[in-house]
Amino acid sequence: MDLKNFSKDAVVGVVGVGSFGTVIANMLAEKNKVLVYARKEEVVEEINQFHRAQNREFDPTILATHDPEELCNSCHTIFFMVPSSGFQEVARKFAPFLQPYHLVIHGTKGLCLDLPEGKDLDSLKSINRRRILTMSEVLQKETVAVRVGCLAGPNISKELALSQPAATVIASKFNEVILEGQRLLRSERFQVYGNSDIIGVELSGVLKNIIAIAAGALAGLGLGENAKGLLISRGMVEMIHLSKALGGSVKSVFGLAGVGDLVTTCNSVNSRNFTVGYRLAKGEKLSEILADMEEVAEGINTVKIIKGFLESADLRAPITENLYRVLFEELEIEEALQFLMKYPFNVDVDFV
Amino acid sequence: MEEKYIKHRYEPILPSKDEWPVVKLARERKDFVKKVSEKSQRRILNQTGNNPEILKEELETTLYREKLRIKQNPWVVDPDDEAEFWGKVKASLLHINSENKLSDAQRIHEYQQILESITTRYSEEIASNFKHQHYKFIRSVVTFGFARLLNAARVKGFKSIFSNQYSLQDKIQITGETDQLRDLATKGTIVMVPTHFSNLDSILIGWIISVLGLPPFIYGAGLNLFNISIFAYFMDALGAYKVDRRKKNLVYLETLKTYSKEAIRFGCHSLFFPGGTRSRSGMIESKLKLGLLSTAIEAQRSNYQHGLDEINGKVFIVPVTINYHFVLEAPSLIRDYLSITGQERYYKENDEFSTSYKISKFLIKFFTKGSDISVSVGKAMDVLGNYVDENGDSLDQHGRVINPKHYFMSNGEVNVDHQREEEYTQMLGKRIVEEFHRINRVFSSHLVAFTAFEMIQARNSKLDLFDLIRLPEEEIFIDYQEFKDDCQRVYDQIMRLREEGKIKIAPHMKQGMDEIIAHGLDNVGMYHAKRPLIQNKQGQIVTEDISLLYFYHNRLHGYGLEKLF
Repeated sequence: MDLKNFSKDAVVGVVGVGSFGTVIANMLAEKNKVLVYARKEEVVEEINQFHRAQNREFDPTILATHDPEELCNSCHTIFFMVPSSGFQEVARKFAPFLQPYHLVIHGTKGLCLDLPEGKDLDSLKSINRRRILTMSEVLQKETVAVRVGCLAGPNISKELALSQPAATVIASKFNEVILEGQRLLRSERFQVYGNSDIIGVELSGVLKNIIAIAAGALAGLGLGENAKGLLISRGMVEMIHLSKALGGSVKSVFGLAGVGDLVTTCNSVNSRNFTVGYRLAKGEKLSEILADMEEVAEGINTVKIIKGFLESADLRAPITENLYRVLFEELEIEEALQFLMKYPFNVDVDFV
Repeated sequence: MEEKYIKHRYEPILPSKDEWPVVKLARERKDFVKKVSEKSQRRILNQTGNNPEILKEELETTLYREKLRIKQNPWVVDPDDEAEFWGKVKASLLHINSENKLSDAQRIHEYQQILESITTRYSEEIASNFKHQHYKFIRSVVTFGFARLLNAARVKGFKSIFSNQYSLQDKIQITGETDQLRDLATKGTIVMVPTHFSNLDSILIGWIISVLGLPPFIYGAGLNLFNISIFAYFMDALGAYKVDRRKKNLVYLETLKTYSKEAIRFGCHSLFFPGGTRSRSGMIESKLKLGLLSTAIEAQRSNYQHGLDEINGKVFIVPVTINYHFVLEAPSLIRDYLSITGQERYYKENDEFSTSYKISKFLIKFFTKGSDISVSVGKAMDVLGNYVDENGDSLDQHGRVINPKHYFMSNGEVNVDHQREEEYTQMLGKRIVEEFHRINRVFSSHLVAFTAFEMIQARNSKLDLFDLIRLPEEEIFIDYQEFKDDCQRVYDQIMRLREEGKIKIAPHMKQGMDEIIAHGLDNVGMYHAKRPLIQNKQGQIVTEDISLLYFYHNRLHGYGLEKLF
């Protein structure tokens, strides 16, 4: 590797060593020194000693720490790769050590809620946009970092780990964040696009998970490719309307992070969200499925939040609404499907 | 009472006028103008990428627009040699174009000379003409003269003209973070950003700055104000530099920004009306003109680049809101607003402040009748919108001291990134709007106007705004009891917002609802020929001019209070 690519001993930080975090850390390690953060001390030890943890291989140059301060002091650019459920907590943990010079890029396809004290999602009937935070909004709310970006696109960890060709989008309002992300990640088999509509890109990644669960359900029911085409197309329309209502640009849904990721996830048995839908259709209960999944399926929480948002907005999203009833109100999948087939979607394209 | 008005005059923070940055700037005016001209040239050359063709195009566009302006929109204040100057520019441009032997470097050089003549002319025009003698004179006229008028009106009897019972500070109430402002003004450079509803604002702010013992601030005043001799005198005396909104060409805008940036770097406290012009709708500005604001950020970055890391190189943003019961220009402002939003592309600027006579008449009215004004000074922020502590150090949202220099750093060094600074300007703009809402003080007149208009709107929910304001006024009646109940609901919500620190209220709002309503009705737009809101003989609430009512109602826009209706 060309020495030029090593920029002055700069260390890149990666927070979180789940499957996606690990893959990104390994990709970053091809050109840079990488320091990863893991919460558990034994995981840190394992990475430092054996370059592996939780059955995941780490590049031998990668070092690990469980000290947020050390990570923040050593790195200018930090990738946050933690699930949305723990995101706020991790952001708060890092807040005392993050400085305005840090560039922060996250790869989390989920939403958080900013609820009044003592309230939770179940006790609120409706949630307005102000209470819903994308991960970049969480970072800006909890920390002093302003130069934030997000990483989204069809990036299934297993395929990336096998070095198969792929591409991703880095979205940020700041060009320098996009350029830095490209500089760090781009390689012969990994293309990196830029987009300034960070909210639109984040929402695309978030909303496609809902459709992925539905796609899994269709596959579980043994339905064919016609049904899948129908779902992807109607799902995209729903994503567009929701994304617009939540402050994203329509254009981003057509990009790699939107339709690109949607098609990939709806076809992938490796996707957690797809798997949830698939197993539901096979007759398992949601609680059973969740109990033996290693990592969270972001889509489930997203369905809940979007359902709450729909109550506050003048908007219908039939796929999300019915999926909600399947997941949380024991509606049979067949019935939901019947409902959708009868729903008066008679206009094909109504968003351009 | 929790909030005390500032009734005394503060000691000046810099007793000797020779230490005032604005005096220093006036002394070095010539060099400063030259510096501004040079730096603007460099900026423009950078933007054109040193490409002679692009530079030529910019110059030609500038020439074309200037000639058009001279022909279509001449002002009294314009210098006499304008046509001559631009004629010369035209001749030089033609000359260079006809020379085809010139190399690129030579052409750039020739164009640059034209550019230089233009930026020099612009810098000279923009630069302020601060004269300390004038400043002193104006200050005493404002305080002394107005105090006489005030006492003449309020204290009865022959001796009234010599009475000192009332001072201007009874009339104009100053609240908020004044001590912090005074303190930081001795340490760093202040950029004050007030809301803008009336042409009176600049004089008012000028007076307040002097009451607070601060040296004069420089600020960009619309060149149109210099058309009126009395204003021109005031403006020059207060350290105003001139902003000509007719000139929208790149060369002018860059020169103006450079002027502002360099003045801040020079240490001159500055004043921007970030809304750009007076708020046409009567709403608190929500979209700010970011051009001048960006110069505060640039100046800060530039200071860091030059190693001025200490507090003397720090720029502080101080939001200020000015609250009136009555805005003289309201009728024409709201008319403009309605015709702009009604998609009429062209509107004529119609100023009540168009002659010295009208202004004097207004001032006499204003000072002889009781209509209070309050000015609230907000907490100081750094250029990224973080609050600062008593030492002027920036604090993050958790109260930790941070270094704003880090916002401008990449890989451990301060660097110039215009796109980044554009984003920062947007962020700062948002923060200022947030602070405006937070320090805005609700007056009784705002409450009654808001409630009445919302009630009328709720009753005619099928009408859009433009149909609504065309309702015949004589058909609108609101029952007093209903009105009072609704005022109470709005009031309660305002009090809840106040507890969350999202708004402030004037002390006269702490009475019974009947008193508040009576006070509000007495004061809302009190000098207009047609009153926005009055109580008729049957005790009902009626309006004489619904567009004006809309204007005063808008003051409480942006708090979600509409949801109550």
